[in-house]
Amino acid sequence: MATVALSSIAKSFGSTKVLGGVDLDIADGEFLTLVGPSGCGKSTLIRIIAGLEHQDGGGVAIGGSRVDHLRPHERRVAMVFQSYALYPHMSVRANIALPLTMSRLSLRQRLPLLRLLSRRRREVMRGIEADVGAVAMQLQLDHLLDRKPAQLSGGQRQRVALGRAMVRQPAVFLMDEPLSNLDAKLRVHMRTELAELHKRLGATFIYVTHDQVEAMTMSDRVAMMDSGSILQLGTPSRLYEKPASLKVAQFIGSPAINLLPATVAAAGRLELFGRPMALAVPLAQGQAVTLGIRSEALALVHGEPGAPGRAWFTARLRRKENLGSEYILHFDLAGRDAQGVTMRTTPAIAAGLSEAAEVTLGFDEAACHIFGTDGGRVEPRGENGATGSVVPLRA
Amino acid sequence: MTDLTLSAAGPVTPVHSVLRRFITLALVHGVLIAGAIFMLAPFIWMLVTSIKPPAEIFSAEISLWPKQFYGVQNYLFALEKAPLLRFALNGLVLCLGILTVQLLVAIPCAYALAKLNFPGRNALFVLVLLGLCIPVQVPAMPLYIALAQLGLLNTYFSMMVPFFLSVFAIFLFRQFFRSFPDDIINAARLDGMSEFEIVWWIVTPSAWPAIAAFSVFSAVAHWNDLYWPLIVISDAKLAPPPLGMMFFADAETGSNYGALTAAATILTAPLVIAFLIARRRFIDGITMTGVK
Repeated sequence: MATVALSSIAKSFGSTKVLGGVDLDIADGEFLTLVGPSGCGKSTLIRIIAGLEHQDGGGVAIGGSRVDHLRPHERRVAMVFQSYALYPHMSVRANIALPLTMSRLSLRQRLPLLRLLSRRRREVMRGIEADVGAVAMQLQLDHLLDRKPAQLSGGQRQRVALGRAMVRQPAVFLMDEPLSNLDAKLRVHMRTELAELHKRLGATFIYVTHDQVEAMTMSDRVAMMDSGSILQLGTPSRLYEKPASLKVAQFIGSPAINLLPATVAAAGRLELFGRPMALAVPLAQGQAVTLGIRSEALALVHGEPGAPGRAWFTARLRRKENLGSEYILHFDLAGRDAQGVTMRTTPAIAAGLSEAAEVTLGFDEAACHIFGTDGGRVEPRGENGATGSVVPLRA
Repeated sequence: MTDLTLSAAGPVTPVHSVLRRFITLALVHGVLIAGAIFMLAPFIWMLVTSIKPPAEIFSAEISLWPKQFYGVQNYLFALEKAPLLRFALNGLVLCLGILTVQLLVAIPCAYALAKLNFPGRNALFVLVLLGLCIPVQVPAMPLYIALAQLGLLNTYFSMMVPFFLSVFAIFLFRQFFRSFPDDIINAARLDGMSEFEIVWWIVTPSAWPAIAAFSVFSAVAHWNDLYWPLIVISDAKLAPPPLGMMFFADAETGSNYGALTAAATILTAPLVIAFLIARRRFIDGITMTGVK
């Protein structure tokens, strides 16, 4: 079991900068997810930890000691790839056993013919066989051991890849979008399995995904990356409830956060569509800001709008999306300089609305996130006169 | 509905379209059959001549079957007077020796050019491609002199050595390896395999269609090669098939074409049979590598 510490990791491919000085400390036994849009550098980062790529600057330490000079297999890490990367001509048994045969047998004992001369080999092979059996049992692969990867389904291949990683008992598991090739149902199932596996093994997991749902559901902490740097690092709920920047807010959460344009009026008061709000921010008058409102924070307003602390605007229902237990309602903001908004609501409320209905939507001003023109988070000034703050956006 | 009205209005009736299809088919197959006859004719002629008595070979009329079956005599004569099995064995040693070294050298080279990142890789690959442009005749003289100086003329080694490095094999395998998933190679690295083990245990097993295709190329080329053995071999005991045929024709048979073609048939047969067996693999390998 081991901690992983990254200090100012930088990497460029030719003239393209992929990682610009990433610092990250991962605790022993933690499940940390690197999430971000494709091309943000998350896969490169995990490959640097594995030793498959070499960083241009900075260092990697696993379990407190630097591993930069070590070859991939000497780093006590195992990796699961998106494409599973099983050896196509070997049986499941041979696939899972391979890391062990490589580490427990000498080169002489592995060579064809020459290996027949080794008496110890049989003994070692028996040990390997037992370990492979144990791992296969854990992953319910025992009846598939003699098959070739081509004869397995996607989920089974994924399990074999996991088994091959587990059998070496590595200190750190690296997973590069392991669920992306599975169908939706299996992905949900494997999410649970991976989370349970993490709990059972107690090893450090570093998990790369572009799917924010995977990041939210499995991780202890999430590092949201974009353009080669970490935008925010924190627990999933922290990222959801207090996104440090507009990019984080947009990426985390499904459906995506609603964004409304607002302006700063006199005394830092915000105005939404020309109507003053109770919120005030420490910004100069006339500046534009973006309000982020989660789809579950929106609610229909019946009767007179404008209750204290609640902002409102009118919208027209474009489409109802039935998810069974809930509805996602899509609204157009006709004639307004803003994209449509989505609202998450109960079937009962959705049933009361017909398509193209004109409604008034309101939200609690305390529940909205404010972002400045640079995309950084702006904390509002409190009611009691406490000064707000502008969270500096890290480059 | 629109389809129906269209076909009713147009001049194309079912009879027409069937006739048209038939004519196209006949044309295509006619061209292909003509091509096949053109390719096969020398072989057929060889087979027919090998069972004709000497008198009939030179008769003016063309016949595909001899009036007098003389095959037994021709083949017995050829087998008796020429060490055909010896020639075939020489051919086998030559082809296997060359192929083994070619694969041992070309596969790691191709892997390095396809999958390893090192400075100058592309320049090296360009050099390999340039190597494709140099015919064997160019280095023949210096090679001959070197072998003569080393006293290696008239050995199996001298026949094989110019072909140990096959630029074509490097090129073919490099194209094939490029499509091998990087993730699998990375997984093998994480599992503790060295690059050589990755080449031989992971990448090569997946490349056997390419290996089979190349083997056919290589075996055909060197089984039939006359040029180089003619230069370095003067001992009939070491002669591969074409050179052996030459010695055989020179010596006693002279103009006994029946026996000569019988010998040629015996020496061609192994290749043709091997190709027919490996035909499917051969075509797979060619189409999979994209080298057509």
